[in-house]
Amino acid sequence: MIRFTHVSKHYPRGGPALDDISFHVNRGEFVFLTGPSGAGKSTILKLVYVEERPSAGEVRVAGLSSVTMRPAEVPALRRRLGVVFQDFRLLEDRTAEQNVAFALEVIGTPAAQIGPKVARVLTQVGLAAKATALPHELSGGEQQRVAIARALVNDPLVLLADEPTGNLDDRATRGIFQLLRDINATGTAVMMATHDLALVKSLDYRTLEMNRGRLVFDSGAEFPAAADEFDPAVTGPDAPAAGADPAPEAP
Amino acid sequence: MNLALREALRAFRRAPMLSALSVTTIAFSLFAFGLFGLVALNLRNALAEVEERVEVRAFVAEGTNPEATAAAVGDIAAFPEVASVTLVSEVQALDRARRELGEFEDVFEAGILPASIEVRLKEGFRDPESVRAVARRFEVYDFVDDIRFGEEWVEKLYKLRTIATAAGISLGITFALVAIIIIGSTIRMAVLARSREIHIMRLVGATNGFIRAPFLIEGFLKGLLGGVLALLLTWLTYQFVGQYVVQATYFGAGMAVLGVLGGACIGLLGSAISVGRHLRRV
Repeated sequence: MIRFTHVSKHYPRGGPALDDISFHVNRGEFVFLTGPSGAGKSTILKLVYVEERPSAGEVRVAGLSSVTMRPAEVPALRRRLGVVFQDFRLLEDRTAEQNVAFALEVIGTPAAQIGPKVARVLTQVGLAAKATALPHELSGGEQQRVAIARALVNDPLVLLADEPTGNLDDRATRGIFQLLRDINATGTAVMMATHDLALVKSLDYRTLEMNRGRLVFDSGAEFPAAADEFDPAVTGPDAPAAGADPAPEAP
Repeated sequence: MNLALREALRAFRRAPMLSALSVTTIAFSLFAFGLFGLVALNLRNALAEVEERVEVRAFVAEGTNPEATAAAVGDIAAFPEVASVTLVSEVQALDRARRELGEFEDVFEAGILPASIEVRLKEGFRDPESVRAVARRFEVYDFVDDIRFGEEWVEKLYKLRTIATAAGISLGITFALVAIIIIGSTIRMAVLARSREIHIMRLVGATNGFIRAPFLIEGFLKGLLGGVLALLLTWLTYQFVGQYVVQATYFGAGMAVLGVLGGACIGLLGSAISVGRHLRRV
């Protein structure tokens, strides 16, 4: 579902952020992205939700390739992804349910479907009782739950979480992490960037370890890519030949 | 569209101070432009009034056959540049001189003033070149003694008009540019204040058109309100000036509507540019 093939990313003034990264993530997988700050974790997530494009190599997400993707296709792809951040990124002047509904409204979901969907997802994250609270009335952990609800409301294929527990105390961290596991158990893939090594080591999930833009360890590398029904192109005739260097994307 | 309008109105509700500041800034920059426009309009009207007085006067030699002058008047009236032709007889000239210069009435004796043909020119033919060309055409008539058209005066007036036009255009463009820049940065501020919303909209897969719509509506509304406020301010100034300084002319209804719509368009344009910058990434 997500496939990085010899991906490099250079920022004009920042030097290389990613250097020849290759990996894949299957549908329904739970993957930790670990490594120190500046290792390239966030850049990998940004390449997945197309906030950035690779300088070289190819990123394929849900059948769409970074090499051939047109800007007009980006919104459609993002509707199949959910993203949460360390700083929650909620709209402060809207209640929890309005924040979640906003994600549906701006992609043109019919009004009649919005209410039930919002209620369902707020229940899923355990915040049904605080649907009408404003963000500043919620704790950090609760705010992150609202952000997760917003990311989930479109039933994404994968939930991308960039240091989702970075601003939270231990108890809230455990709660959010358990929620991500529950979400994963329903079939949604989760890619979680974190530098909380204790958390990563305590669990037997696949781990991609980054350091200075390089992938230094992949605990799932020995497993072959599963046939992916959501990404026919991976096994189709236009799939890149093994070892071939795809044309770099023009910036 | 419904959501876009709601989001635009929400921006007003959520940040009333910032919105009021934007509208006021837009209003004042349009007000400056409007005031300049009023000055330009009145200057143009005043000049047009003076220009109407541009005339060519051909003095008729004494003893000329009235039929010949009458025929000439008919010919002259057919010139494309000519607005009106008047034949002033010796008697009429004397009457007029006595009337206009009442205290010297005794100085004028019958027969001292010659008859003349007075020609007023159409708008657009009051520049020195055209006036001279018309004057030259009088030379074909034998009975014309002398031709006067205040050459020096016409040239000065024309020069004044040219300077006023050039100053008007360059100052007008400058004022309009300043207004556009101020309005653009005002709206940019509003867009920056909502960058989080834009970011979230992009993240959840809203299309660029969808993201733009509320900002365009907001910009349009701010421009429109600013335009109305500017119109009100210029009207108040006009009233004040009319009462205490000098009677002036105000914009016509069409011009006023055009000004307000212009403000709205500048608001729309400023928003489009500002939000476009936010969306251009990726």
